[in-house]
Parts: sequence; structure tokens; C-alpha cells
Amino acid sequence: MSATLKAERQGDQAVVTGAGTWLVDQVGWLAVRLRRLPVRLAGVRRVSLDLGGIERLDTSGAWLIARTERRLQAAGLEVTTAPPQGPGDADLLQHVRSLPMAHPRLAQPPGAVVALLGRIGRAMEEAGRLAVALLGFFGAIFLRTVAALARPRQIRWTALAHHVEQTGLGAVGITALLSFLIGLVMAWQGATQLVRFGADIFTVDLLAIAVLRELGVLLTAIIVAGRTASAFTAQIGAMVLNEEIDAMRVIGIDPIDTLVLPRFFALLLAMPILTFIADASALLGGAMVVLFELNIPWVQMVGRFGEVATLTHLLVGLVKAPVFAFAIALIGCWNGLRVERNAESVGRMTTQSVVASIFLVIVVDAVFSILFVRLGI
Amino acid sequence: MADPDPIIEVRGLVTRFGERTIHDGLDLTVRRGEVLGLVGGSGSGKSVLMRTILGLLRPSAGTIRLLGADLAALSREKLVALRGRTGVLFQDAALFSTLTVAENAQVPMRERFNWPRSLLAEMACLKIALVGLPEDARDKYPSELSGGMRKRAGLARSIAIDPEVLFLDEPTAGLDPIAAAAFDELILQLSRTLGLTVVMITHDLDSLMRITDRVAALINGKAVVAPIDELRRLDDPWLRQYFGGPRGRAALEAGHLAG
Repeated sequence: MSATLKAERQGDQAVVTGAGTWLVDQVGWLAVRLRRLPVRLAGVRRVSLDLGGIERLDTSGAWLIARTERRLQAAGLEVTTAPPQGPGDADLLQHVRSLPMAHPRLAQPPGAVVALLGRIGRAMEEAGRLAVALLGFFGAIFLRTVAALARPRQIRWTALAHHVEQTGLGAVGITALLSFLIGLVMAWQGATQLVRFGADIFTVDLLAIAVLRELGVLLTAIIVAGRTASAFTAQIGAMVLNEEIDAMRVIGIDPIDTLVLPRFFALLLAMPILTFIADASALLGGAMVVLFELNIPWVQMVGRFGEVATLTHLLVGLVKAPVFAFAIALIGCWNGLRVERNAESVGRMTTQSVVASIFLVIVVDAVFSILFVRLGI
Repeated sequence: MADPDPIIEVRGLVTRFGERTIHDGLDLTVRRGEVLGLVGGSGSGKSVLMRTILGLLRPSAGTIRLLGADLAALSREKLVALRGRTGVLFQDAALFSTLTVAENAQVPMRERFNWPRSLLAEMACLKIALVGLPEDARDKYPSELSGGMRKRAGLARSIAIDPEVLFLDEPTAGLDPIAAAAFDELILQLSRTLGLTVVMITHDLDSLMRITDRVAALINGKAVVAPIDELRRLDDPWLRQYFGGPRGRAALEAGHLAG
């Protein structure tokens, strides 16, 4: 079963005959043929559309007939239509004819340069707006913290403990394992180079300084950013989606007190501990290489380590942990509260949280490096 | 009930989820061109039945014939072809949120036909006009639409390639009475002019009164099918509560006054 279409002209008259099944799967080629019709019938004054042979008709077919009538009339032809005979087909055609059908606008995409400039402009404007909003959020947290410290009895200790468990205890395993492996790899790479100069023992120096000052805390921050910033955004975002935040507000609970502050302080507590664990695991991993691959006796290794690893190095690493925690919690919670009321927004904000918090962590780390160099620490 | 040309024929359908039996030997025949309402208490398996008929869920036992084809015996390709002849409006319209209304309506057409861009755009306009959406809704995203408009946009997508049978899952839920009544009218008009067969899950007694030819009530895992006037005279405790409650009585009275 398919559609047929035939056009014949005699002088200034023409007969267009349609038959068969004018259904949606035939519309593609019928549309092309019918589009050319006004051109092919140039010079004709009267057209009769004989559609009595159409056995089946759907909205797509009816629309084609209506469109053809309209085009032919627009070209100044006189059109008479013998409608299809199937039950309801004439009514369908009449209904489709009566629909208001403006021509669709096919939007012209702007040129590449204009589009690029437009995107840059929009991104800049957005970045400025976000910076102001983030500053506002920062201020709100500061105020609520002061208020909470003034009345410590109102602090949500249960929530705080829960989040310390979630963000701290829950991350111990993965942080320790990854740090151990990175320590191992670092020592191995360092040792293969240093052995060539007969400076095997300096592997300990390399490891102690790199891990304590930078790697331990950076690695922890990246794991926590991936694990916790996303979780904060998703948890708070789901509550926004479910109108729970609005419900809290109308009951008279400040969502910053209940949702943001416990997460904030939990992470501030957990991050230094995690960093310490990461430091220890990475050093342990390195020690494996030093002991079993370089065959340096452990008394010598520990002695060397004692000389190199001063408290300063440890503190330089550890002091960064709460700052990173602050950045991660800020981004995670803020993005959660920015979720709009559609499901797609939660996913987008969660991704953005991870990317933005890792970015912020690395920027802050760079600032610290410059600071410590200037201070001569 | 012999029917020469049923659109849907469900025979002895059994659906079990673990220990729970949802459908227990359910029979249902949907005739060509009718508007069938599907009612039942929460958890009686209305949505499950719809999903099973659409082939989204496999029944534990029983046969389902959709548009003359046995679902269990169909190959993947045949099932996809069959889906082209059915349209579904999900409860929250399930519009693709990253696409505009017009692009949403084009998705099924793009998937099946190799049409040029201009024809796609024109056909999308037709469908949008058919469901009574204003022109300026075409380039809007689902999040910019009201609930009623979202349902209409969903309907435009579900009739995009002229299906023979249309499934509606609570089409008037969440709409205000005026929008709900307008949507009922739209469904009625489409089913009449396009010759559509409509299977409609609904809790809206006004919709049931206004536009259904017959109503299937899911009770104890079976379907009781009858025109609504007969259904409310049946002696069944659930049906009595359903139609005899204050809301049921009000809708029935209103329906009779109007009719």
C-alpha cells in the first residue's frame, strides 16, 4: 500500500489526482512532489484536486492537501477539491484546514565570530554574577557561624557528628590506599633517577618533603572534592528539588544552620585528620620501596627521615587542610542551594561542584606556595 | 464479546512482582476508535498494565495482542515498528528538557523518517497547532511552560507520527479544572477527528463521565469493563465506594445535568 500522485493539464485547466494511502510514511516524497506543483502548473488557471481515490488519510496527509490548496491559491489559481471518501476523512481535512498555521521560522544561526563573542560575553557576565553571589553566601555563613557560636546550645551536634562520620571516617580507606600507592610510585620514580648518581638515600628527602608539604594534602583534597563536594551538592540539591528547603524556611528553620554549617564544620574537622592519614600512608608506601627495592637498612632510613622531616614541613601541609576543606564545603553547599527545580539541574550542579572545588583547591595551593616561599618557610 | 478488529487484546494476563500478584488472569479488549478509561485504586496495577501492553514490562503469563501482533512473539525490529503506531503521554509529559517544544515533537519523526529540516519544522508546527498550543510556545523549553501546556506539548510529541492508539497516563492530574476540562475536550476532539483509539488512566471522574465510551475498572487483579452508567450499577464494594462517595456523586450529577 502506498500513495500515488498524478498531475495532468489541458490548456488552462489541470487535474491533480491523488490515491492510495496518504499516511505519515508517504509524506516525505509527496511533500517534495507537491511543493513543485505550483511551478509545474504555471499558466494554468483552474485546478481540481481529485482525492476521491485516497483510501486512508491521517493528519500528515491532510496537512499536505491543505498546504497544497493554500499554495496553489496563493499562486492565483482557482482550486476545487473533491475530498477523500473514507469515513471521517473529509472532517479531518476540514479540521486541519481550519488550524492557524503560520510558516515556521527556521532560525538562522549567527556567524561563528558573533557566536563566539556572544558566548564569551555571556560567560563573563555569568562569572561576575556568580562571584557576587558566592561572596553573599560566604557572608551568610559567617553571620550564621557567629550567631551559632554565641548560642552553642543551638548547634546541631548530631548532624555534625553524622557528617564527620560521612566525610571523614568514610573516606579513610580510599584516602589511605591511594596515598600509599602514590607514595610507592613516587619513591620508585625518584629512586630510579637518584640511584644513577649513587644518591639512593636522598629518596627519603624527596619523599618526606614532597609528601608532607604538598602531595598528602593535595591528594586528600582532590579525593574529598570528588567524594564530598558532589555529595553535598546532590544531597542539598535533592532537598531543593523536593521543596524541603522552602518547607524549612516556612517552619522557621534556617537552612544554613541545619544543612550548611554542620557540613562545613564536619569537613573542617575531618580534612586535617584525613591529611595526616594520607601523609602517613604515602610515607609508608615510599618506605616499602626504600627498604625492599633500594635495600637501605631501616635504621638508616629512619635516621635520615628524622633529619629531613621537620615539624615545619608537616605543618606547612596540615595548615592547608582546613583552608581546602573550607573551599570544598563552600562550593559543594552553595551549588546545592543553587539547584533549580528540575532534575537535570542536580546533575549539572554536582558535576560543576567537583570541577570548581578541585580548581579552587589547586589555585589556593598555588597561592600558599608563593606565600611560603616569600615567608621563607 | 466478539470483536472483529480489536486494537488491543489482553488474555489471561498475570503479573507478579515477587510475592505480590498485581494482575490475576486479566482479560481486556479495546475496540478500534473508542475512548477507554482505566480506573482502579492505588497499586491496582493501572500503570503496570499500560506498561505491559506497551511491551515495557514482560507479563508473568498471558498473551497480549497490540494492533494484531502478539507482543511475546515479536522481534526487536517488529516491536520498534509497532511502537511507531502507538503514542504515549506519560504522567508528567516526560518531555526532553534540553529540547524545545518543536524539537520534542520532531524527535519521533527524525527517528523514523529521513525528512528535510523544513518539512520537519512544518510538521512540528502542524502537531503543535493540532493540540491547541499557541505559536510562541514552539521555541520554548519545557521548564518555561505551565503544567497544562506541558501536557499539550507531550501530546503533540505522542501524536507526532500519527499513531493509531494513544495511551494517556493521568492526563488531567495536576491541572486546574478549567485546563483539565479543556484537555478533555482536546482528547475527545482528537479521537473523533483523527480516528484515534485512546486508552486513558485517570482518577478524574469528570473526565470519565465526559469523554469515555467504556471504563475498565481493575479490581482484585481483574478488569471489569462496561460503559460508566452500567459500571456504577454493579454490586462491587470498591465500585460502590468509588462512584458512591461525595466526589463520585457530584461528578455523576454534573455529568447528567450537562448531558
